[in-house]
Amino acid sequence: MPLIEFENVSFAYDDTPILRDVSLQIEAGQLVAIMGGSGSGKTTLLKLIGGQLRAQHGRVLVDGIEVSRLNEGELYQLRRKLGMLFQFGALFTDLSVFDNVAFPLRERTQLPESMIRDLVLMKLQAVGLRGTADWMPQALSGGMARRVALARAIALDPQVMLYDEPFTGLDPISLATVGQLIRELNDALGTASIVVTHDVAESLAIVDYVYFLDQGQLVAQGTPAAVRTSTHPFVQQFINAQPDGPLPFHKPAPPYAQALGVQA
Amino acid sequence: MKLLFDLVSRLGQPVTNTLIKLGFAARFQLAILRHSATALLRPQLTLREIWFAGVLSVLIIVVSGLFVGMVLALQGYDTLQRFGAASSLGILVALSLVRELGPVVAGLLFASRAGSAITAEIGLMKATEQLAAMEMMAVNPIARVVAPKFWGGVISMPLLAAMFSAMGIFGGYLIGVQLLGLDEGSFWSQMQGAVDFRLDVMNGVIKSLFFGFAVSLIAVFEGYDAPPTAEGISTATTRTVVTSALVILALDFILTAFMFRGV
Amino acid sequence: MKRGMIDFWVGLFVLAGMAALMFLALKVSSQGNLPTGSTYSLTADFENIGGLKVRAPVKSAGVVVGRVSQISLDPQRYVAKVTLDVDSRYQFSRDSSAEILTSGLLGEQYIGITSGAEEKTLKAGDTFKITSSAIVLEQLISRFLFSQADKEKEKQE
Repeated sequence: MPLIEFENVSFAYDDTPILRDVSLQIEAGQLVAIMGGSGSGKTTLLKLIGGQLRAQHGRVLVDGIEVSRLNEGELYQLRRKLGMLFQFGALFTDLSVFDNVAFPLRERTQLPESMIRDLVLMKLQAVGLRGTADWMPQALSGGMARRVALARAIALDPQVMLYDEPFTGLDPISLATVGQLIRELNDALGTASIVVTHDVAESLAIVDYVYFLDQGQLVAQGTPAAVRTSTHPFVQQFINAQPDGPLPFHKPAPPYAQALGVQA
Repeated sequence: MKLLFDLVSRLGQPVTNTLIKLGFAARFQLAILRHSATALLRPQLTLREIWFAGVLSVLIIVVSGLFVGMVLALQGYDTLQRFGAASSLGILVALSLVRELGPVVAGLLFASRAGSAITAEIGLMKATEQLAAMEMMAVNPIARVVAPKFWGGVISMPLLAAMFSAMGIFGGYLIGVQLLGLDEGSFWSQMQGAVDFRLDVMNGVIKSLFFGFAVSLIAVFEGYDAPPTAEGISTATTRTVVTSALVILALDFILTAFMFRGV
Repeated sequence: MKRGMIDFWVGLFVLAGMAALMFLALKVSSQGNLPTGSTYSLTADFENIGGLKVRAPVKSAGVVVGRVSQISLDPQRYVAKVTLDVDSRYQFSRDSSAEILTSGLLGEQYIGITSGAEEKTLKAGDTFKITSSAIVLEQLISRFLFSQADKEKEKQE
């Protein structure tokens, strides 16, 4: 049974449709990328899984449970199975690195402090930042903050990992480090992982499967190898970074000459 | 016809917006109360917020209280001695501070010192997705962040107001007795004869409790409601101070009307 | 900031707040100048209470012995019925008199009790037999002016 399953899911803010008829399945141990331009509905997709938003049509299933049917208490139960890495890490700025990673353990478990200490150091070791345990988040670089946030996200050994733009604003070395960590943690923990991103090169290098999202619809999918040789025009435009294509450079507008008043 | 419709709509819009916001605030207050068990069962969380809201405001409260009391004494002496009633200076200083100035001025200072900081902190946590992250870790941000800040403010406010009044009366004593040479004994005994503990002091404490509730609720609500941008947070911070000031003054009028009517 | 330091400062803060409240309670204000609880009430009827207010002091020989607790109009006789809460340490003979006095020329009004000679004392609920009303300044002045005018008339005649 797939850990995450979307069945014909649609979602709209008021009258603006964000997702239209999206169906996908992700198994345990699978690392999947969802790619698309800004505003294509990628982040909304993650929020539907986390239950921060509720689908209006179709079903979102996490581990066989339909998310949009849950009440607040059940939702919090479900979220214990989820780990999420936010775009800029979202570390708690008033807590040290150690306390940040310890936060979910202290809040959600009854473990004794000595065991929490061991677990935190293990998680920090896994992301290579045990040396920064006493630092405050402000002292970390962007890449290090992302890795600490990753350690925090895996603190409770989740079954599903969600990554919201994990590569944004990183230098090439940090970017490769984070990418590699995502892959390694996925294999080590056997989680189902979703990476929402528009970073083509890095994600194609690490993921098992790719979905392309355009204006709320899944337009193409496949393994990285298949995607690279795909002739689908949107995929071509996206992975070759062409400014114009199916995703037009110009937003729809009345004719230029008319707007400038040149034409009678 | 269209013009009339637009005109009436423009008049109606701020009213509906305000009503919607009030409704949100009321529901938010209920949510805070429902999730207050965490804040009270884990005193460490609330203690930290008392430190932020209360301890860090002590300096400004104490200094302002001292100066307000000293000015009251100087002005009061000038007026009272024309009627040969300079020995009543203690009464004037103590009653104005305990009944009105203590709770009100301390409330205003509290709103601008602690209220704005609370709004900014919550707003920033929202903008940097810290609240969303908390929610995804199955920890309710209202229980973990908002409720402790709210109760920290509610607990701090009456203590700060009492400190303000006490410092103000001490300031009045410094000016009246030490500088202007009033008799120390009659200064205190006249004050004691005219100020009633239940009627004056306790009503002042009750006022400051109300103000603490109001300011804390406004501060956490504006922070939680702020648009997650730099501009949104700065607007929300300003709004906390302005709204708190207006609410404090309005509440003060209502409470005074109930407490001191016919006395 | 270490956790222990926060605890310490918050503790100090609460102590300072409590100290301020204690200062306001003990040094600045009074509990009606009476040991609370042990009072008994007496009533007194006055033709005119002037500016007497609820909670005004009741004094005997200048010592505060109680407070005015209630003022109402007797609808039959049109006199003011004043209830006094008197400290139960003090007893007054049954022929004591109560009068409304003014501290200073323009000061607050209070009730003065002058003790009589009888051995029996007033019990809770009893009424003062002898009372004298407040001196109302306006009446005093107008009476003075009228008497002056009368004298002038007499001289002219």
